Order: sequence, then C-alpha cells, then structure tokens
Amino acid sequence: MYAQMVKSEAAQDDPEKLAAFQARIDAGEKIEPKDWMPAAYRKTLIRQIGQHAHSEIVGQLPEGNWITRAPTLERKAILLAKVQDEAGHGLYLYCAAETLGVSRDELTEMLLDGRMKYSSIFNYPTLNWSDIGAVGWLVDGAAIINQVPLQRTSFGPYSRAMIRVCKEESFHARQGFDAIRKMAEGTPEQKKMAQDSVNRLWFPALMMFGPSDKESVHSEQSMAWKIKMNTNDELRQKFVDQTVPQIEFLGLDLPDPGIKWNEERGHYDYTDPDWSEFFDVIKGNGPCNTDRLAARNKAWDDGAWVRDGLMAHAKKKAAASVAAE
Amino acid sequence: MKNEWPLWEVFIRGQHGMSHRHVGSLHAPDAEMAIKNARDVYTRRNEGLSIWVVEANHIAASSPSDKGPLYEPSESKVYRHPTFFDIPDEVGAM
Amino acid sequence: MTRDEAFLQFLLRMGDNTLILGHRVSEWCGHSPVLEEDIALANTALDLIGQTQFWLGLAGEVQGDGKSADDIAFLRDVWDFRNLLLVEVPNGDFGRTLMRQFLFDAWHSIQLGHLMKSSDERVAAIAEKASKEVAYHLERSADTVVGLGDGTEESHRRMQESLDYLWPYVGEMFQSDEVDAEMVAAGIAPDPASLRDDYDALITRILADATLTIPDSRFGHKGGRTGKMHTEHLGHLLTQMQWLQRAYPGSNW
Repeated sequence: MYAQMVKSEAAQDDPEKLAAFQARIDAGEKIEPKDWMPAAYRKTLIRQIGQHAHSEIVGQLPEGNWITRAPTLERKAILLAKVQDEAGHGLYLYCAAETLGVSRDELTEMLLDGRMKYSSIFNYPTLNWSDIGAVGWLVDGAAIINQVPLQRTSFGPYSRAMIRVCKEESFHARQGFDAIRKMAEGTPEQKKMAQDSVNRLWFPALMMFGPSDKESVHSEQSMAWKIKMNTNDELRQKFVDQTVPQIEFLGLDLPDPGIKWNEERGHYDYTDPDWSEFFDVIKGNGPCNTDRLAARNKAWDDGAWVRDGLMAHAKKKAAASVAAE
Repeated sequence: MKNEWPLWEVFIRGQHGMSHRHVGSLHAPDAEMAIKNARDVYTRRNEGLSIWVVEANHIAASSPSDKGPLYEPSESKVYRHPTFFDIPDEVGAM
Repeated sequence: MTRDEAFLQFLLRMGDNTLILGHRVSEWCGHSPVLEEDIALANTALDLIGQTQFWLGLAGEVQGDGKSADDIAFLRDVWDFRNLLLVEVPNGDFGRTLMRQFLFDAWHSIQLGHLMKSSDERVAAIAEKASKEVAYHLERSADTVVGLGDGTEESHRRMQESLDYLWPYVGEMFQSDEVDAEMVAAGIAPDPASLRDDYDALITRILADATLTIPDSRFGHKGGRTGKMHTEHLGHLLTQMQWLQRAYPGSNW
C-alpha cells in the first residue's frame, strides 16, 4: 500500500524536475536539505532515517538490561560506553531527519504511539550475559553490513551521520566478539551460554536485512535514489559468509544445520529464517514489543517535567538578560 | 504545549590547529547547556579542544539554486592557482 | 588500628562511593528524559567506574593479599561496604538523581581538592585525575539543579522534595572517626568535619540560585562509611551487581 502511495505522490512532481533530480543522483552528487527533492524522496527518507534512529534508541534497552549485572568493572564500563554510543547514533540520525522538516519530538511521538517502526531485532530478549557479546558481534555486525554502504547514500546529512556512526560501530562489533570469545573459551557453563546466544540470535540477526528482495516493497525506487545501496539478499549473504568462519573460530556449533559451503556459488548456503515469525514481530507480537514500547513511553512521559523545567528556566534567563540590557 | 528544546549546530576544533569544523547538531534549552551537551555528545573520543555552538535558526545559508552565480565565476579564474604558472626547474622551490 | 588498616578503610570509602554511585547512575542508561541527558549521565557513570578501578585497585594493593579491584567490588557483602548512605538510596525520579549527584559532587570536588595534596603520591595522582572529571560533574549537576529548581512549578516542587528527602543523608559526609584521625595524622586525607564550611558555602549559593530551601534540620543518618548500618537498598543493589561473579565463581569474563 505504501508503495502505491509513493507512486501517486511521485506522479504529482514535475517530470522535468524529477529527471534533473535523478540525473544529479546518477552523477553521484549529494542532495542537501534545501535542494529541491521529490515529495516521495523526502517521505521515504524521513521514514527510513526515523526508523533507523528509533532502532538505535530502542536498541539501548536489550543491552542496557545487563549494565547493572556486568561481571567486571571493565565490562560494565565497556557496555555502558557502547550503549551510550547507541544513544549518540540515535541523536545523529534524528538530527539528519530533522533537516527534512520533521522535529525530533514529532518522530519520537510517532515511535511511541506505534506509527513508526524500529528494527525487529530489538524485540528479542537478552537472557544471559553472553547475549551482550552476541548482540555486539552478530547484531551490530549485521548492522554494520547494512550501514557501511549507506555512507554513500545520496542525502548529504544522512550520509554524514552514517560516516560518524560507522566509525564508532566497529568498536561495538569488536567488543562483542571479545566478550563472547571469553565465554566460548571459558568454563563449560560459560560455553553453554555462548552457544545458547548464538542459537537464539542467529535467525533474528538474519532477519535484520529485511525480507527477501522478491517481497520487499520499497526496494526498486530506493535503489534508484541511492537511499538503499544493495539488495537485502546480497547483504544477508555477505553477513553469513563473514560470520560462519567466526562461529567456527569460537569453537561453537553452527546454529543452522543448513549452513554449508557452496563451491559453485562461492558462498555459504543457509536456511532462510521463518518469515512468518518476522511479520509477527513487526505486527507487535515479538517477545518484547510491549515491554520495549512501554519502557520508551515511560522514559518520555516521566521526563516531560524535566524537559519543560529546563526550557522554562532557559526562557526566564533569556528574558532577564534582555531586561538587563 | 509544544516545548521542544531548540536545535543547535556544533562546531569543534580538534587537536591539530585546524579550524572549527561542523560535526553535527543537538538539542539544548540554552547556549550553555548546548556547549555542555556538545562536550558529552561529540567529544567522547577525544575529538575536541574547543567548541562553538550556534542556534540552528540563526545560521544564514546560501541557497542551492544560487550555485551557478555563486561558484561558477571562480572556475574560470585559473590564474589564482599556483599550478597555472610554469616555473623552470633550475629556479628551484617556489 | 594500624595506619595500613586505616588507609585501607579510607580507600574503600572513596572507592565504594564511586562504585555504588556509578552503578546507580548507570541505571538511567536508556531511560533518561532526553537523549542528551542520557549520554551525559553515562559519561558521569563511566568516570565514576574508572575512579573505582583506581581506588579499589589501590585498596587491593594496600591489603596485600592479591585481590583485584573486581574481587573487592564483586565479592564482598553489605557489611564490608564503606560508601555513604547517600549514594546507595534508589534513584527516584530524574530530579532526585541529579540532586543527589549535586550534593555528592560538591563534597567530592572539595575532598579531591585536598587529596591532590596528599602525602601519599598514589592518592594524589588518583585525585588529580578524578578532580578534572568531578569538576565537570559538579558544573553539570549544579546547572541542572538550578535549571529545574528555577524552572516550572512542577520542577521546583519535585526538586524541593528531592532535597528534603536527601538532606538527612548529607551529614554523614562530615562525620569524623578514628580512621579519619589516622589519615589526618599521616597527611593522607583531610578531616571530613573540616570540609563542612566550604561545602555549605557552595551548596547554599547554588541552592539559592535554584530557589530551593535547605531544610533546617542538621540531623544526619549514619552507618554507611563505617559499615555499621547500611540501608536495605544496598543489599538489593549487590544482588544484581554481583550476580554473575557469585553464581559462576572463578570464571574469566
């Protein structure tokens, strides 16, 4: 349905302007906030950047779940710095979206009342300490594969935000691998936790790339606009190829009996995730959807008096300094 | 009541004597808090030695449609670039 | 009490304060009123955790039985902890968290100023590093206390309630005992009671800007820094913080 909406809006834009716009993108030029852009381009970007920002913010929750239980002072500091980075990434991305004429508060409200989505991976729980390693290594690993190409996306502010995000993101994957490696090489109980994490998070991580290209409604136009740089299946394959040897390095069992090197393709074969589960989670029926949104709503509602209080003080101060002049 | 904190643009001068560079934006109730927030948000990895903040709606910007008149005239002034001039090798560094 | 025993107690007091407060502040991560505050609070918590590693690391050295900062943090029970009661009480709302931070930062910055001149070089070095971090904590928490105190009617009310709730925990910072006497004699640390005037001057100024009223009472709860009687809250905090180390002893993390 959304794809239809995009189409009908595109039809309203002046075809000459549209062609000139496409030519700029094809020539590798960056589109900046004040430039003319098709209404659907703006709308798609707000949706995509907004969802991305929301994912960072909701993504703080599953990992934040373990900050107070981190097993050493150093792990606590690393995890806290990492989850703090997610807040930073959300902030960069909200700012990029704001250049398109939507405010952060508006975007936040759309997240909180369910009009906008966030990555379904964050609707899965973190149940043991090893999940913290697995989230950094697998989930951020998958995110990096998604995000690296977006540094070249056509919209300037988005591209610049992604450059900053990617620079910080490799710390995340590395700390995650380091944490799960300690578990995989630790006591039998620790190894069991590591295996449990990989088994549980593998398919949700694969789902992060989105449904197969055959079923993805936004792909074609977004690729032409360089808002999306690769197909979902390409990126998913890249993730599998990169990650399988790492699981083997850790000495853990592969989470999917269907994983096998395919000499002919030059890639690993793997079992497709259960897409009905994916669509269930999107619809709000993942294990943690309700809790995640409740936590974000609580933070927002409980914080209203703080935001208003500090703003009121700033206004008083400004008024007093004007009066003094 | 809409009471959103205003948006600020953040400029940071790094370690190597370079000019302040735009690094991103953030929200803050006033300039003082904007500087503090910039410190917390944009210098987490030892990036900065000096911070400027400007409220975003105070920035005047050139319009993209002026790109031709603003920037193309300088394209033809090639003589402004040192490589325009041939200096014989035997003259040495210049 | 030997000098080393007193020194150890002193180091535990410093390190447990930063450990427990760092832990409390970290509970906000992902739940703050606005992203910028979330990020700033995490920075504060990170500084405090870093300071903990130094103080408890040195405590382990002084104790001399090969214990690491982690051993000390994760393998002691409530009665072994020497932090102020102020830092272990639950966060409450954002206002109470920031009010506590301010009340602690004000003491912390004055204390570290003295410790930078400590006769023990290791103490002086830790204080030197920590004092820069804490100067910023204080600037930020003081600004926020002023902003919220002198903000809206609701924010003012909440900040006054926070101050009223926390005030009885302030006095403990200035209670001196034989550990402190030994530290003063050794030139390692100042007498806590001697910090009170500077402290009062500082907080009176800020709280006045915040349009808040300091409660009349000088009553102070005690029992944290001596370990004689913590609040019930500390035990719950430890059940989370120490869970993995306790459930899976001897593992590498």
